[in-house]
Amino acid sequence: MTILSLSKALNEGMRKAMEDDPKVLIMGEDVGKLGGVFRVTDGLQKDFGEDRVIDTPLAESGIIGTAIGLALRGYRPVCEIQFDGFVFPAADQIITQLAKMPMRSLGAIKLPVVVRIPCGGGIGAVEHHSESPEAYFTHTAGLRVVACSNPADAYTMIQQAIRCDDPVIFFEPKRRYWEKADIDTADTGWWTPLDKGKVVRPGTDATLVAYGPMVKTCLEAAKAAEDDGRSLEVIDLRSLNPLDTPLVMDSVRRTGRVVVVHEAPVNSGFGAELAARITEQCFYHLEAPVLRVGGFSTPYPPSKLEEHYLPDLDRVLDAVDRSFGF
Amino acid sequence: MTADASRGAAAPPELVQLLTPEGERVEHPDYDIDLKPEEVRSLYRDLVLVRRIDLEAVALQRQGELGIWASLLGQEAAQIGSGRALTDADMAFPTYREHGVAWCRDVDPVKLLGLFRGVNHGGWDPKEHNFHLYTIVIGSQTLHAVGYAMGVQRDDAPSATIAYFGDGATSQGDVNESFIWASVFNAPIVFFCQNNQWAISEPLEKQTRIPLYRRASGFGFPGIRVDGNDVFACLAVTRQALKNAREGQGPTLIEAYTYRMGAHTTTDDPTRYRVASELEAWKLKDPIERVKSYLFKNELADQAFFDSVEAEADQLGADLRRRCLAMPDPGPLDIFDHVYAEPHPLIDEERAQFAAYLEGFEQR
Repeated sequence: MTILSLSKALNEGMRKAMEDDPKVLIMGEDVGKLGGVFRVTDGLQKDFGEDRVIDTPLAESGIIGTAIGLALRGYRPVCEIQFDGFVFPAADQIITQLAKMPMRSLGAIKLPVVVRIPCGGGIGAVEHHSESPEAYFTHTAGLRVVACSNPADAYTMIQQAIRCDDPVIFFEPKRRYWEKADIDTADTGWWTPLDKGKVVRPGTDATLVAYGPMVKTCLEAAKAAEDDGRSLEVIDLRSLNPLDTPLVMDSVRRTGRVVVVHEAPVNSGFGAELAARITEQCFYHLEAPVLRVGGFSTPYPPSKLEEHYLPDLDRVLDAVDRSFGF
Repeated sequence: MTADASRGAAAPPELVQLLTPEGERVEHPDYDIDLKPEEVRSLYRDLVLVRRIDLEAVALQRQGELGIWASLLGQEAAQIGSGRALTDADMAFPTYREHGVAWCRDVDPVKLLGLFRGVNHGGWDPKEHNFHLYTIVIGSQTLHAVGYAMGVQRDDAPSATIAYFGDGATSQGDVNESFIWASVFNAPIVFFCQNNQWAISEPLEKQTRIPLYRRASGFGFPGIRVDGNDVFACLAVTRQALKNAREGQGPTLIEAYTYRMGAHTTTDDPTRYRVASELEAWKLKDPIERVKSYLFKNELADQAFFDSVEAEADQLGADLRRRCLAMPDPGPLDIFDHVYAEPHPLIDEERAQFAAYLEGFEQR
């Protein structure tokens, strides 16, 4: 067992993937000597060389576009987009090329490209450094979209994403980079498949569905609710596309109440997809409408206001109260 | 609108040319080429056959058999010259107009028609031909080409990559980013820009104030302008640039100065934005006629040869028409194929639901 922070767990996961497969490359801005602005790739260039850990020019479309070309040549690039708000210059390459080229080729081409995106707020950053752009990508067929929430999953999921033959958008909750956990890196028996979610806290009265940074918030909310005599089940989706529908539906059928929590704006957010699917599949089990807790329909605010914008324990419990009010 | 009715047709002085529009062979100090008579005849055959493929495709679109077609008319020499410069191990990344390069890479022309007929979005295996799929988003493929070339570099393989794009694409961020990447990583790549003077309705002046090949110097690699209607020059210049790339000398930008003699695509109407005399001026520079003149004048081919190429073109055209019409339509459930390489429950679920829905109609 090894105690690792979430960022170090990602680092160790990538290191393992690079040791296992010489075709795995890391590319991005400042990923080499600096080790990334969050140090997630720390030390990898030193150990694997500049040909495998590539400091790229400052152009996100170029990072994804050249990663596609490297994948066509048989490589497995892991791209770092430095911050969530900087993925948009690359959106064209991700949406029109990365996601669609395999289908365009009738299966002749596989694009095993991982796009790592530190996401979410809560670190007091300036504009464009705190966003949650997952719904733009879950809406795009051809991509897999996952989000890790804890060091153990970070360690396993990054390796699974690298091994996956499909493009994977990999969201990392930047304010959880420093969370620590004891991880058994020697054993793979405990790994959950990349496209499966997990019940991270069992409960009986209502279900909280979250992913990435909000999993911890929901776990705290569930603990607080326990003092009020409410047993909340918490699901960490882990994978947004595909969605582990059976896991969610099974929980909702047991509890009859569900609150979806994410940092991204509620309006047209991923919670809308969950709410619709839960309503379709669990209509007669629901005691209350599916409620959503998330960011407001505003741009991400200046950091002095972010604690009001971001869902916290109280906003989650408020939604739980409203659910029980029906 | 430009006041010059023959806009673009007057050859700029810095153009590399080895065969004049009149079919006269000229020397160039840096780019010479020694072609055997059978090689010239072979190039002539390529030029004629790809023009015929193009003509047939336009006709098939007019008959409603293709949804749209992007004609290469006028650009045959640029495509055959550069395409024949490639070795089998070299990799090409086309736009959606490189039917001549596809021909050089042995892609069955009927597969090109499949895309424009709406049967699929691509349909050939890029690895089998070392010819990537057509890319419709302008300029995107230049980055893929550079990434591929970076892979070639890491494999230490003795091959080069060529990226095709047009004059309009030079305004795209991706093309400029690809220049930067290629330059700083010294990637083994040739950027082959067919400057056909028009990006749909926008003349070159809307994209640039300097000759396109000069852009290269700002990025730190050589740029050269070649007569894009001269198949000898296109072959010689591209061959040299590919060789340089293979030998670790990095990228080259080639601007093939040519002309889009047809419409942008079959949906376009160039009479709305360009004058007829411009086309007439460029017709005098036709890429095929000059090779024919050269062969005739130098007695490198007789009438029987030209007749045999015509007959082959007729045969190719007839065959293409027949096979286009015989192409099977995809089945409705094919929508769900190849979206992901690995199993995906949502795709499986939707496929099953749609299959059941369709079955409901059959049972009624």
